[in-house]
Formats: sequence, C-alpha cells, structure tokens
Amino acid sequence: MAHLRGTGELVPTEIIFFAMAVATAVKRTYKEHMGQISTIEKLAILADAAKYDASCASSGTAKRNSKGGKGIGSTEGMGICHAYAPDGRCISLLKVLLTNHCVFDCHYCVNRKSSNVRRARFSPQEVADLTIAFYRRNYIEGLFLSSGIIKSSNFTMEQMVEVARILRDEYDFRGYIHLKTIPEADPELVYQAGLYADRVSINVELPTDSGLTRLAPDKSARQIEGAMAKTKSDIVEAKDAKKRFRHAPKFAPGGQSTQMIVGADGANDADIVGKASRLYDGFRLRRVYYSAFSPISDASAVLPLKRPPLIREHRLYQSDWLMRFYGYTSSEVMQATGDDGMLPLDIDPKLAWALKFRDTFPLDVNRAPREQLLRVPGLGVTAVNRIIAARRHHTLRLDDVARLTQSIAKVRPFICTTDWRPSLLTDRADLRRLLAPKQEQLELFAA
Amino acid sequence: MTAMQNVKLGAYYSVHLPEPDDFDFWRDRARQLIQCDVPPDRVSWIEPGGTSDLFAQDGPSRSKQRLPVPDVDARPVRANRRFLSVAKNAALHSDAERFALLYRLLWRLQANPKLMEDKSDLDVRRVEELDKNVRRDSHKMHAFVRFRLVESDEDEAQDHYIAWFEPEHHIVRANAGFFIRRFANMKWSILTPKGCLHWDTKALSESPPAERSDAPSGDPTEDLWRKYYASTFNPARLKVGAMVKEMPKKYWANLPEASLIPELVAGAQKRESQMVSDGARDFEERPDTLAAIATGIHHCRKCPIGQLDNHAVMGEGPHDATLMIVGEQPGDQEDQAGRPFVGPAGQLLDRHLEAAGIDRTAAYVTNAVKHFKFVQRGKLRLHQSPTAKEIDTCRWWLESERAIVQPKLILALGASAARGMLGKTVSISKARGAPLPLEDGSELWITAHPSYLLRLDGDAAVQQARLFAADLAAVKKRLEELAA
Repeated sequence: MAHLRGTGELVPTEIIFFAMAVATAVKRTYKEHMGQISTIEKLAILADAAKYDASCASSGTAKRNSKGGKGIGSTEGMGICHAYAPDGRCISLLKVLLTNHCVFDCHYCVNRKSSNVRRARFSPQEVADLTIAFYRRNYIEGLFLSSGIIKSSNFTMEQMVEVARILRDEYDFRGYIHLKTIPEADPELVYQAGLYADRVSINVELPTDSGLTRLAPDKSARQIEGAMAKTKSDIVEAKDAKKRFRHAPKFAPGGQSTQMIVGADGANDADIVGKASRLYDGFRLRRVYYSAFSPISDASAVLPLKRPPLIREHRLYQSDWLMRFYGYTSSEVMQATGDDGMLPLDIDPKLAWALKFRDTFPLDVNRAPREQLLRVPGLGVTAVNRIIAARRHHTLRLDDVARLTQSIAKVRPFICTTDWRPSLLTDRADLRRLLAPKQEQLELFAA
Repeated sequence: MTAMQNVKLGAYYSVHLPEPDDFDFWRDRARQLIQCDVPPDRVSWIEPGGTSDLFAQDGPSRSKQRLPVPDVDARPVRANRRFLSVAKNAALHSDAERFALLYRLLWRLQANPKLMEDKSDLDVRRVEELDKNVRRDSHKMHAFVRFRLVESDEDEAQDHYIAWFEPEHHIVRANAGFFIRRFANMKWSILTPKGCLHWDTKALSESPPAERSDAPSGDPTEDLWRKYYASTFNPARLKVGAMVKEMPKKYWANLPEASLIPELVAGAQKRESQMVSDGARDFEERPDTLAAIATGIHHCRKCPIGQLDNHAVMGEGPHDATLMIVGEQPGDQEDQAGRPFVGPAGQLLDRHLEAAGIDRTAAYVTNAVKHFKFVQRGKLRLHQSPTAKEIDTCRWWLESERAIVQPKLILALGASAARGMLGKTVSISKARGAPLPLEDGSELWITAHPSYLLRLDGDAAVQQARLFAADLAAVKKRLEELAA
C-alpha cells in the first residue's frame, strides 16, 4: 500500500475500492487454485519433494501376512524393490511428504520456508488411500511418510500418526510403514508413531553441530539426539516386554535409522565416519544413510553450488560397510583418510587402509583367521566364507582362490598360498597405481 | 522278487513328468531308480510338451519301459539338506536338462556325501547356477507383477485384480503362497504363458496358460504410479546401468512405468544443467567501480524482475561513506526518478534521519534489489515483494558495492535488506537494537523498513515509529563512537 500513497492520480475512495477488488480477486483465485489441485499434481509435488531422503528400505521388520485379517499386506523379512528409477535407486515404498509447506528455513532443503517451490498438502485420508491403491496393484511394499512442519511440530506429527492409524486400524494394512518423526514434537506422539510404524527415523541432517546451527537454524542437535535416545529406549523396552508378555505391543520392529547430508557443510569424511559410529553405538541405529547434497533448484546462497562428487557418498557407504560387516572400528576407518580427513576417491577405503598398513600383509589364506581375511582388499564376506569352507577340505592354491573370488589380481599382492608369495609386490611403491581402477571417461557434469 | 530280478541290465528308462515343476514326482522316481542302481546315463526325464529324449528314435518300446521296483530292504537314498534346498529351485528352471542334472548329482551324492561342498565341481556349479536363476526370477515375480483392477458393478468385495506376467522359469505355482499371504482378502488372478493362478479370497485354483490379450489392458491408477515414478527420480544422478541390472529390459513390457524410462533418461542431463544454471550466479568478474556496477545492473537480467519494464536504480552517496543504508528495492517513484528513497517511504526516512541527527548526504544509500518489482493494474504499478531467491541473486551487486564503499556501519531497513546482507531470513523484532558483526569487521544494524511504518495506524504506528527512532538514535550514537 505504501507505494499507492501520493500517486495523486486516483481519488482515495477509488484506490481503496480498487485495491479491495484486486485483493479479493487474488485471494479467490488462490483458494480456487488450491482447491482444484488434483491428487496427481499433489503426488508429483510431494514425491518430488521427498526424493532427497535416501532410504527406501523395507527389510528387517517382523514377519506378518494378511491371512485371517480383513485387510491386506505382508512383510517377509526381505525387502522387495518393485521398480528401479533411472538414477539406479530402488523404489520399494511410496515415499512422499504429507506437505511441503514448512515453517523451518533449513538452507540445504528445497522445501525451506524461503524457497520458491510449488506447495501442496495431502490429507491423511488421501495418503492412506493412495498407499492402499498402490499396494493392491503390487507397486509398493508400503509407505515412507515424511513432512514439512506446518502450524507446529505437534500438529504435523499428529497428522502423520493419523495416516498410520488409518492404514493400520481402518484398512488393517499389514505392509511396511516408515515414519519420519519430528524431534521437536511431543514424545507421546513420537511413541504413537512407533506403535504403528515398522521403522521410525529422525534425520541428524548434518555431521557437525556447527553445520546444523548454520544451515538449519531452527533445529537443535541436542533435541535431535534426545529424541533418538528416547526412541532407542522405547525400542529396547518394547523388546524386553515382548519377551515377558506375549501381547505386549510391538514398537518399531524395524528399528530406527537416520540420514546425513554430505557436502553441504565443511565436514570431512573423518568427521562423518566418527559421527556415524557414535550414532550406531549411542542409539543402536539400523542404518545411517548418506545423501550427497544435490544442487536443488532455488538453492540458498550460503550453500555450495557444486555438488560433492557422487563417488564420495559411495566411499562413505563403503566405510559404513567396513564398520558394520568387516569388523573395522571407526578409528581404523579414519586411518584410511588422507591428511585432509577425506577418504580417497580413486580407491575404496579398504584398499586405502591396506596400502597404509602394508606390514599386516601378506596373509596366508590357509591359516589366517576370518577377521584378518576380511581385511584383504578384494575379499568380500562371501569370498571369505567360501575360503574358510574350502580350506577345511584341502590346502588352497592360487587358482583355488581365483575361483572363489571376483578378481585375483586385486587380491594377489596381499595373500600367500601354498604356491604363491607376493615377495616384493606388497612393498612396491606404485602398488596403488596398479590396483586403482582404470580412469574412465569423466562424466560431463561431474563436480 | 528282488531288485536285481526286476532291473533289466542295460535297460533305458524314460520318466514322463506330469508337470514341468513337479519336484515331488521327480524325487519319488529318482529315489526308486537309485535304489535300483540305474545309472544316470540310462534314464531320460521328459517334461510335458518337451521334445522327445535322446533315445526316442530307438522306438517307443524303451520309453514305455516300466520303472523297476526296489527291494523293501534296499539302501535308503541319501541327500543332504543343501542338495534338497538347491534342487527344489533348480527343478523349476526352464533348462530341459535340469532333471537329468539333478539325478546325476543325487547319484554321485550316494558315493560322495560331501559333494555339494565342492564348489569347483561342474555339476555342483551348474545346479547352484540354476538355483540362483530361479530364486532371482521368483524375486522378480514378487516385485514386478502388476495388477490391474476390473471393478465390479455391484460389490466392492467382488473387485478383481488381474495381472499378466511372463516368468522365465516354471515358478508360478511355487510362488502362489507369497501372493496369497499378501493379498489374502483380495480377489486376484495372475495370468502367465506357463499357467495361471486364481485366488477368490478362500481357495486357489489353476487354469491353463493364457495370453497377454486375456488380461485387462489398463488401469487409471497407473497414471498416478507413472507420475510417482517420474517424480521420485532424481535427475541429478543418472545411473542407467544400475537400473537395468536390477530391472532387466525383458520385464519392461509388463511394467507400466517402464515406458517413461527413455524420456526420463534423455531429459535428465538437460534438467540437471538447468538446475545448476538456475541457481548459478554466473557473473564473471566483480566490477571494481561504482560506475561499472551502475552499467552492470542496467543490463542485469539474472532474475525475472530484470525482465520487467523498469529501470535499474543505483545507490547514491559518497564513495567512502562510513554509513551505508540498504533498503528493499526501488518503488514506483524511485524507478521513475532513478534515485533510491525518493518516494513516500524515502521522505519518511529523511524525516527520521534528520530527527536522529544523521546526515543522509554523508551516507551511501542503496537497495538490496536493484529493479522495481510490480504488477500492472490498469495505470497503477503495484509493488511486489522480491522473493528470497531474487534477493539472493541480486546480493552479488550489493556485495560489490560494499566492497568498494567499505562502510564501517551498515543499516539494513526491513527483512529483504537484512536477507540481502546476510543471505538468510531473520526476524526484525529479534535482530533489531544490537549490531551484528560482519566478516570484514564492519557491523550490521537491522531495523524496520519505513514503508512498514506507513502501513500502520493508531497505537501500533506510534509504537513502531518510536522503535524506529530508537534504532536510528542507537546508530547515530555508534557512528559517533566509530568517528572518535
């Protein structure tokens, strides 16, 4: 209105009348517009907004089926990927936001308050109906629901719990539900979510507290970790109760997970690995997901515009595997990082570790214990199991090992067999170059 | 009668399987033959519709040979658990040699019970390969069967979900259980070229092989699913190889979403470079004089405001001012005059500056956004607030001005100006009244925009005017400290 004053071209009453007409016209079209937005448009907006969550796992929960019920659905332990997108990722769940309206202003997030994206909002019934419609046609294993914060954290959490309630109570849905919980919400609501869901998750968002303060000013690391600790103790308690009372309610039988954004702040790989390890130990997480920061349209100015190389995310997942399946401690993984605290991009962290600690090798595959064999670059868990089974029957020669592994060339410098010793190979200065995968044509848009 | 009397030495036997996936039938016959010591090269296994065996040309008499009956006290046939679990799956494979392979393995297992552990044995490797193929095909059936709804006119409970699926192996019957457990209360049929399954919520029935045309051709919900598939895909990371590995092209014909793939892949590289350039502040070099900035903003079209019918308004004031005042954007009058803060809000600002004892002519006065954003309503150009993105885009010019003028104190008027300075949105009520240190050693003071004061009436207007005056007084005091 300030800019209307003093123009002197219209008499005041005309201005007011005109301005009101404009205001109501704008208001009506907006409302009409929001009323008309169809389910398919909402789905496009809210699925697009949810795609930066990496997890689509539907595995590891209690086994259920729909026999004897009124409803639909089963979980059989192993997750199922019903489709794969051209980004190579599995589509197992209907992954949507309840709404992408948000009162928070987290810089890395495409849905932050100050972003220009189109907004939409589902009603809880709509999400439940859509989930069932997809499930009946065997498109999905279940629902992964997250949301922007509307009105308040509690209001939003209530709406999300309502979706799960409709699915479980009204549809008797026995498929998979993953709810993202809101750390700021009332713990009682988060508990409700855990009773309906197979898995709950809270995103720690950024690996460092300072990064969180800078990029997600409305979130607090203490609150996030407090909520994770509460969920952990609820899970432990429910498991304990289940042992003693057959009818004790299940609480998030698929456990809890979290996600960290890589490359949006200054944290290096050592920071990230350290943080992940503290999260695994402290909160007994099933998984820590990494999401390489993707350039999002309408990005905030404090973010790097360049995305981190995708391979960095891959190396972090490899380091995650080393900790979860190969018996490495987080400090050992950190030993594989360079002076800048970053894992090498050209070789995997296990090879990087082995090259740094060459005195550990070569290992005799006919004698070395399992946990040592797991440290040989090129030997995976399956190969190690096969070697251990095979060496019970006869001593292994190099071609025996070759038959049991993917690539003997990679393994050779680090092992001895009855007919093979690497002698000087293990100590060669150019070993890294020999073993690093051949450089491929660089991606056109690689960062 | 003993087994030896029963078995004709050197005889050939043919076993006709009633179904291509009848493992139990195979197991019974295999057990019987092994107990009668019939070596693998004397038995042929024929599945229904299968081409006749190796020895068929020798006449029908041999294939009609009745199977020998073993002695009651014949040695039991041994098979370990590993063999059984692998064999059950391998029997479903489409390889015509599978039953012969299984018999040969079972035969060899009698002499070497640990045979299954020898992963270098060709038969063991082959049977494990068959097992793996079948398990994979079953898993893909669980994943890629797509039901289409045939709605019932009378009763929703009668809605029928029908799928067309083309498995590679004889896995249909073996996987009925999965679909029954999952869709126990739904009426469904899975039609395949290898036989069909029908579930009516209570019992399973089977019918002979079907054709694609027997299944419904579409379902409106597939549009939603395709929309979901396209939207959940992140074009910033294209990994077609990883997709095809897990979702081989042979399945694409029956997946409604697969028709989108070529178009999504083609669009992805384009979309990503669009995403980057949208956010890119691809200005080349910072201008090093105010005159260069004035020319630069005149030509700037980095955001939609620059495309409107308006003029860039450059900041004004001494090139070495201690105080820099930042507003939101030029208004209608500023746009016409080509100078900042000359309209109603500017006049109000002048009055307040005078009252606080701040000399406007000694300050460098500019805006966070250099062009006037408006919507045309008849003759009027109605002011529109710039979006966060537009402010962030224009920030580059503001920072260039700062770098040249190097003010010691910056006064930001309103939320847009504050965002232009900080790159993030702050609340005026929380940020006002105290300085924020900036990286270059200068300090930022934030207060309301004078146009906000113009919009208020009554008590609120008086109260806000007082707060505004207090902020300016604090700035004045600080300026004196800095001068001292």
